[in-house]
Amino acid sequence: MADVTMTVNGRKISGTVEDRTLLVHFLRENEGLTGTHVGCDTSQCGACVVHVDGMAVKSCTMLAAQASGSEVLTIEGLADGAELHPVQAAFKEHHGLQCGFCTPGMIMAAADMIRRHPEGLDEKTVRAELEGNICRCTGYHNIVKAILAASEAMGGKAKAA
Amino acid sequence: MGIEGIGARVARKEDKRFITGLGRYVDDMTVPGMKHAAFVRSPHAHANIRSINVDAASDMPGVIGVLTGRELQADGIGNLICGWMVHSKDGSPMKMGAWSALATEKVRYVGDAVAIVVADTKGQARDAAEAVEIDYEELPAITDAVKALDENAPQLHPEAEGNLIYDWEIGDSAATDSALADAAHVTRMKIVNNRLIPNAMEPRAALGHYDKAEDHYTCWTTSQNPHVARLVMSAFYNVAPENKLRVIAPDVGGGFGSKIFIYPEEIVCLWASKRTGVPVKWVADRTESFLTDAHGRDHVTEVQMAFGADNRITGLKVDTIANFGAYMSLFSSSVPTYLYATLLSGQYDIPAIHANVRGVYTNTAPVDAYRGAGRPEATYVVERTVETAARELGISPAELRRKNFIREFPHQTPVIMNYDAGDYDASLEAAMREADYDGFAARRAEAEKRGRKRGIGMSCYIEACGIAPSAAVGSLGAGVGLWESAEVRVNAAGTIEVLTGSHSHGQGHETTFSQLVAHRFGVPIEQVSIVHGDTDKVQMGMGTYGSRSGAVGMSAIAKALDKVEAKAKKIAAHLLEADESDIVIENGEAKVAGTDKTVPWFQVALAAYTAHNLPEGMEPGLKEGAFYDPTNFTFPAGCYICEVEVDPETGHTDIVQFVAADDFGNIVNPMIVEGQVHGGLAQGIGQALLEGCHYDPATGQLITASYMDYTMPRAADLPSFRVSTTNTPCPGNPLGIKGCGEAGAIGSPPALINAITDAIGNNDLTMPATPQRVWAAMQ
Amino acid sequence: MYNTTYRRASSIDEAVKLLSDAEDGKFVAGGQTLIPTMKARLAAPSDLIDLRHIADLKGVTVAGDRVKIGAGTTHAEVASNAALAKACPALCHMASHIGDPHVRHMGTLGGSVANNDPAADYPAALLALSATVHTSKREIPADDFFTGLFETALAEDEIVTAVSFSLPEKAGYAKFPNPASRYALTGVFVAKRPDSVRVAVTGAGEEGVFRAGELETALASSFDAAALDGAKVSADKLMSDIHASAEYRANLVVVMAKRAVQAALA
Repeated sequence: MADVTMTVNGRKISGTVEDRTLLVHFLRENEGLTGTHVGCDTSQCGACVVHVDGMAVKSCTMLAAQASGSEVLTIEGLADGAELHPVQAAFKEHHGLQCGFCTPGMIMAAADMIRRHPEGLDEKTVRAELEGNICRCTGYHNIVKAILAASEAMGGKAKAA
Repeated sequence: MGIEGIGARVARKEDKRFITGLGRYVDDMTVPGMKHAAFVRSPHAHANIRSINVDAASDMPGVIGVLTGRELQADGIGNLICGWMVHSKDGSPMKMGAWSALATEKVRYVGDAVAIVVADTKGQARDAAEAVEIDYEELPAITDAVKALDENAPQLHPEAEGNLIYDWEIGDSAATDSALADAAHVTRMKIVNNRLIPNAMEPRAALGHYDKAEDHYTCWTTSQNPHVARLVMSAFYNVAPENKLRVIAPDVGGGFGSKIFIYPEEIVCLWASKRTGVPVKWVADRTESFLTDAHGRDHVTEVQMAFGADNRITGLKVDTIANFGAYMSLFSSSVPTYLYATLLSGQYDIPAIHANVRGVYTNTAPVDAYRGAGRPEATYVVERTVETAARELGISPAELRRKNFIREFPHQTPVIMNYDAGDYDASLEAAMREADYDGFAARRAEAEKRGRKRGIGMSCYIEACGIAPSAAVGSLGAGVGLWESAEVRVNAAGTIEVLTGSHSHGQGHETTFSQLVAHRFGVPIEQVSIVHGDTDKVQMGMGTYGSRSGAVGMSAIAKALDKVEAKAKKIAAHLLEADESDIVIENGEAKVAGTDKTVPWFQVALAAYTAHNLPEGMEPGLKEGAFYDPTNFTFPAGCYICEVEVDPETGHTDIVQFVAADDFGNIVNPMIVEGQVHGGLAQGIGQALLEGCHYDPATGQLITASYMDYTMPRAADLPSFRVSTTNTPCPGNPLGIKGCGEAGAIGSPPALINAITDAIGNNDLTMPATPQRVWAAMQ
Repeated sequence: MYNTTYRRASSIDEAVKLLSDAEDGKFVAGGQTLIPTMKARLAAPSDLIDLRHIADLKGVTVAGDRVKIGAGTTHAEVASNAALAKACPALCHMASHIGDPHVRHMGTLGGSVANNDPAADYPAALLALSATVHTSKREIPADDFFTGLFETALAEDEIVTAVSFSLPEKAGYAKFPNPASRYALTGVFVAKRPDSVRVAVTGAGEEGVFRAGELETALASSFDAAALDGAKVSADKLMSDIHASAEYRANLVVVMAKRAVQAALA
């Protein structure tokens, strides 16, 4: 068994789990953070994307023990209280989701993408950067629109600040 | 329309929970004492089971129980069935082979379930599943439906000689033959409609809970139609009587048809919960989904289309072999027959049509409805053939289509369907305008300079949705009626709950159904709640598939709203001391038309429940239910135009433009309708360009069993779509809605293949048009 | 996944010791290949020795014409390294196309090199760049390092610590991804030096990464895509699967080589 300690959504937590426990299962089963989903076994669909130490990673491809000592941000911790994160707001406004299953991973990936592209994004870049996130409902059309809108909104905010 | 009524682009109510990670899917559910299941599955495509030994597995750490088909059958759990009877042309009923939820004597495809292990953790269940010892006697396997009809092919079921399930026909064979004999031109093609794996992003899951105290079962399951699941599990599989079984389909992460059917796993989890005394949860991993979700399509078709000297289509003859996989899934028999051959007239006035369809068993996963279900296969046959004919006849594809369009409605086709309304010229023209069809030659020349091959292709599709008039489908063999139910409950303070038998797994019903109520009474959509997906809350319903929730589900709500409105008007008239016929309800109040006399909506509701001052003889309360049974199918139609550029060195295809002009009748929320079209297009483009299910023909192993080998459409594979609508209201239902969920998947494959074959100058290309295939076609 | 025991090493020596103490241990860096393989129950190490927290394995140095990259450097770090982008942009470009953004945040150079997946990108780069693989025991030329499908010259308890190479005059990488997995269906890395040209191919060879001698000869006389017009490579010993026949891969080798040269000259 592995003793695991990490900060999840700003809260320090610890637990003892089987060494083989994946980060995603630790979050879902030990912490009840079921917003992070498992959609494949081969690290391709991206439904499980969370941020570890500020970077998007696939929580199905990391042991909880590997993440011990890290800062983890999940979809549940993205909004600032009642105020949605700009990426969340943009997904709603632009109908960037249907069944909602890939959505948490998409949103976490999008937030990371925008962080890595402070210069802004264009459609081609967004589509290329979504390589690790699969959606079966939307045809990506409105996801791309939402990410571009969020990037613009967040760029504006950064400039104003 | 009002800002939240019919036609308004309202942001979705349900999004809040999904974007904050608070959606509740089956795998998110926990029940006290819950344990985890793993299924032991056949590694062979075809084998006899000589023996099963569970002793070692039973002794593994954490294991609570290991159960096999022998115990399942001893407990009287029935075989899985196909619920739509189709008869062969000789009058004999379809040949349904036995399908036990856990195989006992024989396995017939890789993934066939043989045993279930219940353990404390999922990992322990998996560990023990590997320790179940099964002695198989391997048998030769067959995966190809055409070859499965060979005399010497391996035989799957004793009930189905020669692996033939049915040999069915529709239409007038003699008239079609004579049209072919007299034709000025005949276009002949062999068309393969590739097998697809649905891949809803949420894998299937089931949580079965038997409550000993109440002798009652609860099943949380990833279902598009929980009521049908309860009905089938009770009436046919003897899991529990209906009054002792509650089925809940909470948030469901996409379905696309694959979650219509009742699978072995939910039956076994429920039964195993009683057997082991613990709640049992099973969640498929992705490879299990690939192996065992019902697949789609898989047709091989020979088609002949006859033309007169004036280029009018005079006849269409179609011969199709449909792969059913190893067992007949719940609605499998209807897909290549009544959902396919009845649409072979397309948008065209064709005097003579004949189709022959043979359904065939193979050692592959069961095949059933997948987004479009039969209609994409029909559209692909018709639209590839028409485009090819235009090339052979030397006239423009648009012109040939126009020449043959149906223009008078209603139109009776030779294959059952009676089209009620449509304007095919309008969608063709809208699409051609949006695609700048006339400017294509210049774009092709410009691409040529860059060393790229540019092509354009179109597709004019029609589908039959709003499934379906109960008596009509009953006469064709359906085992269920396809009406829908609704109940509208106005609470004492005026808020409204709508209970519906439709099920939302991405379609946005919580928003669009609320819009319908908002439109009727002028109350904000936030005051309306949509209740669905729980057989304890909603009495009965037929679920969501076949683009039916708008046309059928909302029509049921509209019918219930009529009754609520009538009673509310009576109450308002009484309160306002006016005549009932003068009352109008709008903007959240009832008023006497042409006066300033009003009473707020909540006071009408309150009056119904205080019952202090109701009209003489009126019952208290404001709650009404309705069942709506459609009178006909609906007929969405449209035109898609696709433009591609092919890299001649690699065979890689870029979709540079995709235009969709659809006629969906009236639209409740354009934003949601556009989203449905986008998603459908992605799946149709996926079929045409990327997705090919591949079984090893020698061993029957599924090669495309993960995202490493099955190509899912990704963002960079797709363009931004240009979608628009041309609406001719549907005369068949009170809301004029036709349905929009499947159109994109139905209309897009032929448009894309027509474009690629145009680009490369070789018409011999099968789906998916992978870079390798396109490159080979250019050599 | 079968059960395993997780151990975190803070130094190379400690990692080697942990491995020698284990019954059937395995090193894990980013884990982007190993964890999925374990999830599929295709690997069952008794112990996983995590190298991700060893400071000595990190970092990129460009000094004169020598480049050295720590094995623990992630693909994202290689892709975005400013000094490397100036010195050898082809390598940054290559790293920026491995997997997807999330995989690149975890996956490392060392892990990719040690795994030697026949469709991985780094092996082609190392072979074309005549790189040296530094390990906990020795230095191994890339030419001798990659020995077959998922096979390398590494001993069980040997850790890749870094990769170094001298800067080529020009280099380029072009990849045609497998439509499903997005690994290289065929990837070609070209590196030109004053006296030689190397063309290394990944994704195509039955025995893993290889050098395309006939293309090197053609490019040695003229380092220009046109020098490959009409060039052919044999389909013998190329992989054939549902995504690409050997013949199609043979075509892609030439096409990707041309595009890699164009990229090198751009």
